[in-house]
Amino acid sequence: MSGGAGGVYCDDVRSRALAAGGAALGALWAARSWRATLHALTGLMIEVVTAVLLLLWLGDIVTLIDGPGSDQGNAAFYVVVAVIAPVPLLWWLGVLSAVQRVRFRTVLGVEIPQPPQAAGRWPWRLARAWGTAAAWRQLGYHLLAPVTGLVGGVLVAVCWSAPFVVATYPGALPVAGPRLAVLAAGLLLAAPWVARGVARADEIAARALLGPSPAQELAQRVDTLARSRAEIVAAADAERRRIERDLHDGAQQQLVSLALNLGMARAALGDVPQAARRAIEAAHEDAIEALAGLRELVRGLHPAVLNDRGLDAALSGIVARAAIPVRLRIEVATRCGPSIEAIAYFTVSEALTNIARHARATRAEITVERAGDRLRVVVTDDGCGGASPGGDGSGLRGLAQRAAAVDGALSVHSPAGGPTTITVELPCE
Amino acid sequence: MRVVIAEDSVLLRAGLTRLLTEGGFEVAAAVPDGDQLLRAVGEHRPGLVVVDVRMPPTHTDEGIQAALVIRRQYPETAVLVLSQYVEESYATDLLSTQTSAVGYLLKDRVAHVSDFLDALRRVAAGGTVLDPEVVAQLLARRSDPLDQLTPREQEVLRLMAEGRSNTGIAEALRVSHSAVEKYIGNIFTKLDLPPTATDHRRVLAVLRFLGT
Repeated sequence: MSGGAGGVYCDDVRSRALAAGGAALGALWAARSWRATLHALTGLMIEVVTAVLLLLWLGDIVTLIDGPGSDQGNAAFYVVVAVIAPVPLLWWLGVLSAVQRVRFRTVLGVEIPQPPQAAGRWPWRLARAWGTAAAWRQLGYHLLAPVTGLVGGVLVAVCWSAPFVVATYPGALPVAGPRLAVLAAGLLLAAPWVARGVARADEIAARALLGPSPAQELAQRVDTLARSRAEIVAAADAERRRIERDLHDGAQQQLVSLALNLGMARAALGDVPQAARRAIEAAHEDAIEALAGLRELVRGLHPAVLNDRGLDAALSGIVARAAIPVRLRIEVATRCGPSIEAIAYFTVSEALTNIARHARATRAEITVERAGDRLRVVVTDDGCGGASPGGDGSGLRGLAQRAAAVDGALSVHSPAGGPTTITVELPCE
Repeated sequence: MRVVIAEDSVLLRAGLTRLLTEGGFEVAAAVPDGDQLLRAVGEHRPGLVVVDVRMPPTHTDEGIQAALVIRRQYPETAVLVLSQYVEESYATDLLSTQTSAVGYLLKDRVAHVSDFLDALRRVAAGGTVLDPEVVAQLLARRSDPLDQLTPREQEVLRLMAEGRSNTGIAEALRVSHSAVEKYIGNIFTKLDLPPTATDHRRVLAVLRFLGT
């Protein structure tokens, strides 16, 4: 029994060792290892160039600080170089960053996004660019990269080339014999992992320093979200308008035609059985009722007059249909966008519906004013109060959401006993 | 009487043509948009035009625009505007030039065949026909001096705006002829319209009511 168990244990160890060995050998020709290696080697080449340029510039600065000697022309040259250096440096940073991004993309398949560019005209843009964290972080990367790139690149190269170096120059190292062979083999087996580690470290540094900062990423994300949200709101409005038009051109006309024909039939009825007369009369009345119902529905989708003539014309329509006297005051010199007008319109419409249903009010007042880039709609009634936008079935809640979707706000002030004031503030360019 | 119809729905154009023909009108042309309407009016010189508000190409207020052109160019042609929705602003436009021989009705009203034909004849005869919904909108909107009118006086003024005569108003409200005259006298007083030789007070009162 125990021997059997020991055998299983040994098999297990052996198979694990085999698997590990297989993995180590497999890593030697895995694409990922070679990509990482290529990355380290290209990095090495780029960083040699960068390091040389950096040293030249540092040399210039050091010489300037030390004193360039008695030659006036020489001194002027050093001063000019030191003073104008930030201009080409900024440009050079851009070039280096672009090269690095291409390297990350083509070799590792890693996308390092570009941070947003400083805005403005040329001389100011330069000042502004140096004022951004992005420029200094890029500078940081390109100062750090020569060190890490050179060290990493050399390390990777040493690991891969160890067996060949040992085979070619067996006497070059202080160790010899089997230990040397083990060392060379160990370095070779470690090479894929070293290359991957170096690539990974470089990637982390590049993401942190070459890409946009978390704040910039957040700002970009907010921009994208705001844009896509505005597009969704506009698309939903356009869809409502389309459905309104389809119903107007289709079902509504057909129903008017049906009602007209039934009306003519009813008027022309001569001596027909009572049952037939009753059926035609009922059909006629049903058609008229359906027409009125459909009209209300379609108007609830999107009032056509709102598009044609704006809030004033559209609101006077619903005010007229209100069950209680409503005073309407509109001061909107320039029209707002269609989405904003629709939200303002439906706010008033919903508020009047609520007033009719719940408020027990005797009169209401609506004010719509545009002050600069804000449209303000206030609906007040003298009813019993207690309205809230929180209820699930409340149309006010939907309107609050619609207002919020365009960066507007809906507020309800409705103490028990009244009066109720509903205010919507909407942005409009 | 010769009539030109402008309506973009084929179905309804045919229905209106049939209705008007059976109602004793002569339909000279039935066209689908405003431009063709103006051409047809120039050609046939009809006594009456029945026009839909929303037509191609923009599907907004072509009918109102065409009606305004007809009012200016052919003042002898009566115009009845039909619309899926009645809007106070369309009505105000329509009534801005003159208030006679003009009508504005909800499209649904065509289903009440005899009432509709009756309205057509009133407009053709130089009367004013406004949909009760338009009148309600106009009443709700214009407040100041009209606020002083009692509900009964407002009702009388509304019927005046719809183009009814004193007899028509008396019938509609089921009151005596002299009562109607008394209400109208009150309306003139409250709207500050003293009797003069040069002004038609009834028209001025309706205009005040319509806010023009």
